[in-house]
Amino acid sequence: MNKIIEKKQLSDDVFQMCIEAPLIARSRKAGQFILLQIDTDFGERIPLTIANGDAEAGTITIVFQSVGATTHKLSDKNVGDYIENVLGPLGQPTHVKDVDWVVCVGGGIGVAPMYPIAKAFKESGAKLTVIMGARNKDLLILEEDMKAIADELIVCTDDGSYGRKCLVTEPLKECCQREQQPDEVVAIGPPIMMKFCSLTTKECEVPTTVSLNTIMIDGTGMCGGCRVTVGGETKFVCVDGPEFDGHKVDFDNMMKRLGAYKKQEQVNHDKYHDHECKAEKQADELVAKQGDK
Amino acid sequence: MSYISKKELQQSACEILKNLDCENLKPKDRMQIPLQEMPSQDPAIRRNNMEEVAIGYTPEQAKVEALRCLQCKNAPCMKGCPVNIDIPKFIQEIAEEKYQDSIDTIKVSSLLPAVCGRVCPQETQCQLYCTLGKALKDVEQSVSIGRLERFVADRDAQNATDVPIEIKPETGKKVAIIGSGPAGITVAADVRREGHEVTVFEAFHKPGGVLMYGIPEFRLPKEIVQREITQLKKMGVKIETNFVVGRTLTLPQLLDEEGFDAAFIGSGAGLPTFMNIEGENLVGVFSANEYLTRSNLMRAFEEKAATPIARSKKVAILGGGNVAMDAARTAVRLGADEVYLIYRRSEAEMPARIEEVEHAKEEGVIFHVLENVKRILGNDDGMVTGVECLRYELGEPDDSGRRRPIAIENSEFVIELDTVIVAIGNKSNPLIPHTTEGLEINKWGNIVADEDGKTSLDKVYAGGDIVLGAATVILAMGEGRKAAAAINEMLVD
Ligand SMILES: Cc1cc2nc3c(=O)[nH]c(=O)nc-3n(C[C@H](O)[C@H](O)[C@H](O)COP(=O)(O)OP(=O)(O)OC[C@H]3O[C@@H](n4cnc5c(N)ncnc54)[C@H](O)[C@@H]3O)c2cc1C
Ligand code: SF4
Repeated sequence: MNKIIEKKQLSDDVFQMCIEAPLIARSRKAGQFILLQIDTDFGERIPLTIANGDAEAGTITIVFQSVGATTHKLSDKNVGDYIENVLGPLGQPTHVKDVDWVVCVGGGIGVAPMYPIAKAFKESGAKLTVIMGARNKDLLILEEDMKAIADELIVCTDDGSYGRKCLVTEPLKECCQREQQPDEVVAIGPPIMMKFCSLTTKECEVPTTVSLNTIMIDGTGMCGGCRVTVGGETKFVCVDGPEFDGHKVDFDNMMKRLGAYKKQEQVNHDKYHDHECKAEKQADELVAKQGDK
Repeated sequence: MSYISKKELQQSACEILKNLDCENLKPKDRMQIPLQEMPSQDPAIRRNNMEEVAIGYTPEQAKVEALRCLQCKNAPCMKGCPVNIDIPKFIQEIAEEKYQDSIDTIKVSSLLPAVCGRVCPQETQCQLYCTLGKALKDVEQSVSIGRLERFVADRDAQNATDVPIEIKPETGKKVAIIGSGPAGITVAADVRREGHEVTVFEAFHKPGGVLMYGIPEFRLPKEIVQREITQLKKMGVKIETNFVVGRTLTLPQLLDEEGFDAAFIGSGAGLPTFMNIEGENLVGVFSANEYLTRSNLMRAFEEKAATPIARSKKVAILGGGNVAMDAARTAVRLGADEVYLIYRRSEAEMPARIEEVEHAKEEGVIFHVLENVKRILGNDDGMVTGVECLRYELGEPDDSGRRRPIAIENSEFVIELDTVIVAIGNKSNPLIPHTTEGLEINKWGNIVADEDGKTSLDKVYAGGDIVLGAATVILAMGEGRKAAAAINEMLVD
């Protein structure tokens, strides 16, 4: 049982929660994730990246978008409520390479898991450029936190309601074309964004790490539901990842696998909340839009 | 074999009892008593539910079956039992209707009789060596030792009085058990009895290991597993679920920082093997572990569950072991129209228990033996559309003594499908060895342990599938017993 200590609404459908999990707070490193299950008997286990942690207070922070039945239910929980099961920290921690210049690209909710990684690079002494993007101004999260650690912060929105009007790949490309190229790019966001970031950096031969968030059940290598094709080989996101070389990930296969239960999830979600699922539609629109590019 | 209802089986058992002079049976008379079949749910009905298939003997059936035992002086059956249960004794006690004595006899050697009576492969263990089976020249005619074991175990559970299990005075020593499968459960009970403080660490949100997430409800009701877990809790064993050793804390941390005096690793063989063939990552290809976990642990077959599961129409299961049978029979119950089981060798080589093979056939699973999948076919949306298979024939025996399957050239053919479930085996999870310096593993990744379960590290013991590779419940329990004895001995010194 893990108590919710703090809850903040970051945008229309994005929430930040601070939950009690002393051991995870103590052991977690940047890049790792948890599996969360709201109720033991019939709940679903969903992976969420740990956005922050406080070993002394014994708490971890998660940021999630209410898109499916489980995240919707989670967003209805309040301070003082309990989440029955939280497992972690899982996955390989970020390998914070010793580099001079790193560019961290966060899209939408991906900015949250990007934060501890960006911070770790900054603390290692690298120059830090952060590119963050969202569909519109209201959906931008953690801008202040990023501003506090970044040497250079580029904000963009798809509709131009804030910052530059472009997709994150545009400033990323510019960075790669500067006289001195970045030594490392880390991209976290919707799969389609990570795909296009990887394509962009591949052209310029800048090493790129992406963090994948696939379907999984146990998170310890037992089910293989999370498997992805990386450089022609099968890898398990839960134990081999979640971070992989973006130039080698087969994003198309991954996106198809992510959609495996779409129909059933939709039914479950409708059951939970029968009003129209705005978030998912919007996400689909973004996918379509970026896909067009 | 055609289906016989419980009522008919019971009638025939009563009939036999009436005509037997139970007190004066000679071996020849015993040999003539017909084998008592296990009453089960009608295949046509059970295809559509998750309830247990085998219903269990009636007292009359149990008595008749027990009377078949020849009470051999040398008890060859016991040699086949990995934990050496005094089989003739507990059977004799059933024949005499001394059920309490009978279960006590079993419990001297086995901690989980209700589980083992259901899932042990008796036909390759005790029943393989049974004199009666030998005399009747058919191992299927051996005394039904497993069914009798289940009978007394279930009776015991029904009549369970709340007599607390005796625990010796607290010693102040702390033991960590990693994994709550049969190996972990056994060690926890045996070590706790000696008065040591025991904490079981389990990665999943529910304890029980494969008994919970792998073996389906229709073969092993989860209530039985939970009974064993409740028993442990009553004994004062602490169970920490949602705790992955190696991630939440490492084994060295448990020993050095958390003050545990000994540890037992019973983390099982939970890493699914894939075939590395084309199309294996298409949508609609699952490991049996994933499929079974969704259905069993996450209860995806129930309306209320949030976890989805593929509602397939045409499914192929690749493999021939218990795991393959469980996946096939689960697919039937989830409403698939056609379920194929594709296995490279012939039926005689199948590692699955005979009972499971028979049950699967009764439920309509279509067996494709001497065939193997060459590649999995998909459409533009990345979804499975079928498999391309090759036919095989059996050649000379290989190292394992089984005849080697050889592909027949140009024998390719296609089966149209929407789902493929891979059940070709499991390996050990490398997480604990990777995060525990100095813990020796062999070339298959299994932890190396001696006869007492002692590993290459001080104070660290291991047993069950993590040591043996994917094996059986009874072997996991047997190893657990030995390791527990060694741990108890070490903690006294
Ligand atoms: C589908 C299926 C059907 C089977 N059918 C039969 C049968 O009919 N008869 C039979 O005898 N055997 C059968 N087996 C095999 C049998 O279940 C196993 O041999 C037995 O369960 C092994 O017991 P164990 O205690 O070693 O491990 P497991 O039962 O595998 O339990 C290990 C536990 O450890 C946990 N764990 C793993 N790593 C960690 C970690 N790092 N930290 C914390 N916890 C961890 C796991 O979550 C798991 O709960 C079957 C297996 C499967 C998969
Ligand atoms: S071998 Fe068979 S007949 Fe002989 S004691 Fe064992 S169970 Fe009875």
